[in-house]
Amino acid sequence: MAPSANRRPGSSRRAQYSTFASYVIAFAGALLGAILLVVSTGNAGAFAFWRSAASDATAPTASAAATGRSTGQDVWATIAGYFTFGSHVARTERELALARVKLAEAAAVADENRRLKALLALEQAEPRPVATARLIGSTSTSTRRFATLGAGSGQGVQVGMPVRSPLGLVGRVLETGQRSARVLLITDGESVVPVKRASDGVPAFATGRGDGTLQIRLITLGLNPLKPGDAFVTSGSGGLYWPGVAVGVVTRVTRDGAIARPLSDPGMTEFVAVQPLWQETEPQTATDAPPSPAAAVN
Amino acid sequence: MPGPFAEPLLDLTRPRINRAPSSVLALALPWVLVMLGSLSPTWPIIASAPVLPPLGFLFLLAWLHLRPGLFPVWAGLPLGLFDDLFSGQPMGSGVLLWSVATIGMDYLETRFPWRGFITNWLVASAVIVGYLVIAAQFAGAASNGMLLIAMAPQLAMAVLAYPIAAQLVGLVDRLRLIPVREVG
Repeated sequence: MAPSANRRPGSSRRAQYSTFASYVIAFAGALLGAILLVVSTGNAGAFAFWRSAASDATAPTASAAATGRSTGQDVWATIAGYFTFGSHVARTERELALARVKLAEAAAVADENRRLKALLALEQAEPRPVATARLIGSTSTSTRRFATLGAGSGQGVQVGMPVRSPLGLVGRVLETGQRSARVLLITDGESVVPVKRASDGVPAFATGRGDGTLQIRLITLGLNPLKPGDAFVTSGSGGLYWPGVAVGVVTRVTRDGAIARPLSDPGMTEFVAVQPLWQETEPQTATDAPPSPAAAVN
Repeated sequence: MPGPFAEPLLDLTRPRINRAPSSVLALALPWVLVMLGSLSPTWPIIASAPVLPPLGFLFLLAWLHLRPGLFPVWAGLPLGLFDDLFSGQPMGSGVLLWSVATIGMDYLETRFPWRGFITNWLVASAVIVGYLVIAAQFAGAASNGMLLIAMAPQLAMAVLAYPIAAQLVGLVDRLRLIPVREVG
């Protein structure tokens, strides 16, 4: 490419000053960036207002685009289906036969459950969601894992509320705008969720690793009891997350814990529910499992 | 830059008597394209790991290569600020990195005025990889060595996406210079 013509401003004083000024602004901009970075690293919520305003402004178009996402996924699923159809049908029929039996059993269990709960005068553990909305975008270029939710303070969404999909925990609300909110996904490096093993309640923390997996860190050190396939659910310790929401399944055991795959892939979920904050001081706690050591740690 | 453009489009961009490009279009389109690239986090892709190339940054690099001097040296300040609003990075990371990249590319332009596309691609690859890795450090990945491995697909994708971004920028460059304004 040829040298650009406007490199040398010539003898015009005005042109020289203007070139000089543009360099001054450029370096001042870099300096300003460094200052902003220091401020925002020290205080994560420092520029929440700007970001919320920006995501509010783009929320309508993003919501419209999110509607098309499920259609787009269907297209790929259809193409892939041509190659796997035969085996898929065979497997599905086998699973269906099993599922019919399980369904009958589950209905019986659910009935028994309802009866026992009525006996104990217990409320249903799951709260009514504050709002149900789509995830309308995520920071897919950054290493931080945020998603944008298509509902904001106008729909009653408040900072800190847990967000879940039918498959499990998605994250919690970090910043709210009028009609959009920023959600910290559980796979983000800064997200810490108190969890317990679903089978026996071994307490642990699930921290995001930024690459789509979770690091499970056990609270009680010593022999590592985890095995691949162990499912973890939220324990509700420390408040914030409602207990008993599915979080992840262990895929690989490490020295002091395990690596887990989150159960709810936020990319595959159509709608997510925003739940009210979980307060441990609520009367339900009395009937919950015996207090886990996580509460003491927090 | 040669490109697979349709013949009517090339015909449209041919200079004609009593027609001139609209100055608003010619000046605004580059900024608009870069800002549209920065809006990619609002696309309906919910990713659980960083996957998409930083499109706004790729477009900026491609413009700086294709038309040196079109963007002022301070363009990194407003464009980086806009990118920060959506990217999820801590505020200021984009302002700093985009400013430094623009200043650096301006310096490179004065030092090595004659470059081919391959050279541009190599330069852009180095800048993109540096940008993504430093941005990950700013976002707090320093404590997590695994994250750099998780970023590898994104790095590869960003480097491979650069020629496509450059093609698109070339196309928009033709669009912005379409003589639509009637003169005299």
